[in-house]
Amino acid sequence: MQSKVFPNAASALAGAVFDGMTVMSGGFGLCGIPENLITALRDSNVKNLTVIGNNVGADNHGMWAVLANGQIKKVLASYVGENKILEQLFMNGGVEIEFNPQGTLAERIRAGGAGIPAFYTRTGYGTVIADGKETRQFKGEWYVMETGLVADVSLVKAWKGDTEGNLIYRKTARNFNPMIATAGKITIAEVEELVEPGELPPDQIHTPGIFVKRIFKGSNYVKHIERLTTRPRDSAAADPGGKR
Amino acid sequence: MAWTRDEMAARAARELKDGFYVNLGIGIPTLVANMIPEGIKVTLQSENGMLGMGPFPYEGEADSDLINAGKQTITELPQTSYFSSADSFGMIRGGHINLSILGAMQVAENGDLANWMVPGKMIKGMGGAMDLVAGVPRVVVVMDHTEKAGDSKLKHQCSLPLTGKGVVDMVITDLGVFEIDRKGSGVVLIEIASGVTLDEIKAKTEATVNYSKFS
Repeated sequence: MQSKVFPNAASALAGAVFDGMTVMSGGFGLCGIPENLITALRDSNVKNLTVIGNNVGADNHGMWAVLANGQIKKVLASYVGENKILEQLFMNGGVEIEFNPQGTLAERIRAGGAGIPAFYTRTGYGTVIADGKETRQFKGEWYVMETGLVADVSLVKAWKGDTEGNLIYRKTARNFNPMIATAGKITIAEVEELVEPGELPPDQIHTPGIFVKRIFKGSNYVKHIERLTTRPRDSAAADPGGKR
Repeated sequence: MAWTRDEMAARAARELKDGFYVNLGIGIPTLVANMIPEGIKVTLQSENGMLGMGPFPYEGEADSDLINAGKQTITELPQTSYFSSADSFGMIRGGHINLSILGAMQVAENGDLANWMVPGKMIKGMGGAMDLVAGVPRVVVVMDHTEKAGDSKLKHQCSLPLTGKGVVDMVITDLGVFEIDRKGSGVVLIEIASGVTLDEIKAKTEATVNYSKFS
């Protein structure tokens, strides 16, 4: 069997990308995005991309670079704020955006990867999101039919991975990565630590290696924080967890 | 004097019950986390994939792999768990979250909610709002009673595109608290903010409201 391991993002992406393809990319905001793969996608200069992900980067970061390089024609996302170039491109018709409710987007990707062509959800019933979609009543409640999504290439970021492609994510950097890993014809994973099989506890694997075709150890992670919020050491204030 | 943002959040916190799993929206709803009543244990869910959200980190201890749905850095608690966005919205859509507290642009007297787009302005997207209001069994809206120009935000019908149809159970504004019946039997004023008169609420409200508790 050919090794899944590649030396870097450019070599992992080589031969997998083409003009007009659909790319899924993991992350929530800039948390858990495949930084090395996004840079390599920009450098590949492939055009007319349809990009599926929760966001499309943010000013100067993440998928924003691919957008700024004029490579994207259509975006499927749930939230695209803090992204001036996308705003301009959308307003002048340079980029098409299909808004998806976040949970619907997550489930469409999960369904696509699991071989489920469509499903029904209450989300969006009676809103513009349901326009043109089949609706159906179950047990007296109305639901909207949504379709599964797949991609030509899925780009994901994990914390640890082994040479078989088994992945473990870290904290909220998991987000959309596990579903996106299942929905790509070719899924490419970048990891902070790449280890030999047996070093990751089998019970702790989040994404089994079957979903991952190519893997490499990423480098120079920026992990930009969009909203740094802290509390002073001597204060119990600013406590989103409340009293305990 | 109408309620301040903090007073509105404190009133919303009184909707929390011991053992609740709760999702808080951005803005005033976030302040509710600081006002959880003594003796009540509430677990906060963050829809990007975390249950058991802790406080903001101490200076110098922020972790870029640990953010809430508002992209703020946060911390974990001993009971915290992490999961994918699909599992997270399974929790939400499946009705496992007890209460969602969120902001709004408009609420209609039948419980319709609009809080995600204004035609003609740049659309940022709905994020998880449509899933939350469709899936969480009890939805409480915290919002200013009127627009800056004075127009009522509690309306006969929403003029803005909807986030959800018949999804709001309660509206807390700076002027008072309103209960809404999702099945369409209407809006009832149940509380008036300190220093506010019934006449002021009547004058500033477009929706048909049952004021019988106070008249």
